[in-house]
Amino acid sequence: MTTLVIAEHDNASLRSTTRNAITAARRLDGEVHVLVAGGGCSAACEAAAGIEGVDKVLCADQPACTDQGAEALASLVVAMVKAGTVAYTHILAPASTFGKNVTPRVAALLDVAQVSDVVAIEDANTYVRPIYAGNALATVRSDDGIQVLTVRTTAFDAAADGAAAPVEAVSIEAAAGGSSLVGRQLTESARPELGAAKTIVSGGRGLGNGDNFQALLEPLADRLGAALGASRAAVDAGFVPNDYQVGQTGKIVAPQLYVAVGISGAIQHLAGMKDSKVIVAINKDPEAPIFQVADYGLVGDLFDVVPQLTAALG
Amino acid sequence: MKILVPVKRVVDYNVKVRVKADQSGVELANVKMAMNPFDEIAIEEAVRLKEAGVASEVVAVSCGVPACQETLRAALAIGADRAVLVTSVVELQPLAVAKILKAIVEKEAPSLVILGKQAIDDDANQVGQMLAALLDWPQATFASKVEASDGQVRVTREIDGGLETLAMPLPAVITTDLRLNEPRYATLPNIMKAKKKPLETVAGESLGVDLAPRLTTLKVVEPPSRKAGILVADVAQLVDKLKNEAQVL
Ligand SMILES: Cc1cc2nc3c(=O)[nH]c(=O)nc-3n(C[C@H](O)[C@H](O)[C@H](O)COP(=O)(O)OP(=O)(O)OC[C@H]3O[C@@H](n4cnc5c(N)ncnc54)[C@H](O)[C@@H]3O)c2cc1C
Repeated sequence: MTTLVIAEHDNASLRSTTRNAITAARRLDGEVHVLVAGGGCSAACEAAAGIEGVDKVLCADQPACTDQGAEALASLVVAMVKAGTVAYTHILAPASTFGKNVTPRVAALLDVAQVSDVVAIEDANTYVRPIYAGNALATVRSDDGIQVLTVRTTAFDAAADGAAAPVEAVSIEAAAGGSSLVGRQLTESARPELGAAKTIVSGGRGLGNGDNFQALLEPLADRLGAALGASRAAVDAGFVPNDYQVGQTGKIVAPQLYVAVGISGAIQHLAGMKDSKVIVAINKDPEAPIFQVADYGLVGDLFDVVPQLTAALG
Repeated sequence: MKILVPVKRVVDYNVKVRVKADQSGVELANVKMAMNPFDEIAIEEAVRLKEAGVASEVVAVSCGVPACQETLRAALAIGADRAVLVTSVVELQPLAVAKILKAIVEKEAPSLVILGKQAIDDDANQVGQMLAALLDWPQATFASKVEASDGQVRVTREIDGGLETLAMPLPAVITTDLRLNEPRYATLPNIMKAKKKPLETVAGESLGVDLAPRLTTLKVVEPPSRKAGILVADVAQLVDKLKNEAQVL
């Protein structure tokens, strides 16, 4: 059994999601190969080679992969599988926007099913995954010859460093994709990444506007060393960029501490944060559903409570 | 140009589903059904492209049970011109849906297929990408902005780190994210008009594609529930609890 993990990276470094995917791959008891496909990605390849449990890194440093388009990456993975040099049994990627974009394309080209958002691996073809915004957990078995999976990063710890796996160049060429990159507008932040943060302060419609969001939640997040998140309503209203959204259709998080401020607790929001270790809710409505999942609820006006909390933590 | 928009009938997003006692699935009897919200966004976008004079026709397609007709009528009420229902007696999984859609695309020859990025029932997030792969078309998933003009489309995508803009030649596949648009409410006159728009039914089994399910569901259970927490009186008590009881500060 050999698993091919598709690494998520920015050429210079690996995204932490790759480490979660490697941990999931190790649950499958076979060899773990990591494909790093990019342009000028040797640093990311070296980083992957150092991760515990990695048996081999496959480095596809090719012009067609520079922008990491789905068409090019999927064509490369499929060509590698079909070449048959290694009999890959599993292809696995993090269930991030990167993984979700690429793996279904791979599965379709191989004519196999994909199992999305795996939260537990029972055996080599049986997996647990959430459905209906996490209101049910399904155990599914795939009988396809190659198993294509995306894994929920919060369900698997990040693999640590501790190996020196060989790095091999991939000689197979990716086909150029039909789409071309015009540009990226990445949100700049000195804060921890939402998906990997130990503490998250998250704001909702109750903040009223983007200025309040900043003025109230930034200082609190600073005190806690936290990442900032938001509800869909806060993103839709333009308080914060789209990449802040936590929930069923945004980011899934599971920090040690999640502080929900002015968030009602719709099922779609809960789907993204209910596996947090400790949940704090601040809301003026005692009936808000967020209190049903909160370990500590504080009923009050956030405009009074949040500055008090920030001061108390000083 | 013609736009094809696949739509799925799902449990309404306001419903909190219950797992069946025999663990075979979730309770669907007497549950409110609706169009998958991401598909509503897809229909809205296609109709806007038509209203802007970019698209000439919007065709909605749904795969599944006969009741998917209601979903198609809802799409027609938003402004789709006609609809295709592909019926199937077997449970349709994402790969099978993608294969059906490929067959429909080959018949209809649209320049653009716009789909929802995920259905809120199985949360799989696969069909758009799979369809693009089977057609060997470019794809732009998780779209928050679409600008189409002669033979080209420019799509801004929501990605984990922010936004990304792609340019694609047509034909192409786009999947929608929440910020792409706010779907209109269908007006009563439009709902009435929708009843008269053409709706064609095709038997999935007649398309000559493999519809067999690949995944077997062994069981469906409720997730572990969180134990009830407490309300604290004030900030001082909150900080005390976080420090001494939860030990997260
Ligand atoms: C297809 C689909 C996908 C979705 N995906 C997501 C998702 O991924 N993530 C997500 O979050 N949502 C998602 N939603 C939206 C979700 O259903 C809710 O609409 C959204 O989560 C509500 O955001 P909110 O709690 O900020 O706003 P509201 O529900 O409006 O809640 C605001 C809260 O703030 C409180 N408040 C107001 N003023 C104050 C004050 N001064 N002090 C204290 N409290 C105050 C109110 O009591 C209220 O509880 C999705 C919906 C759909 C249909």
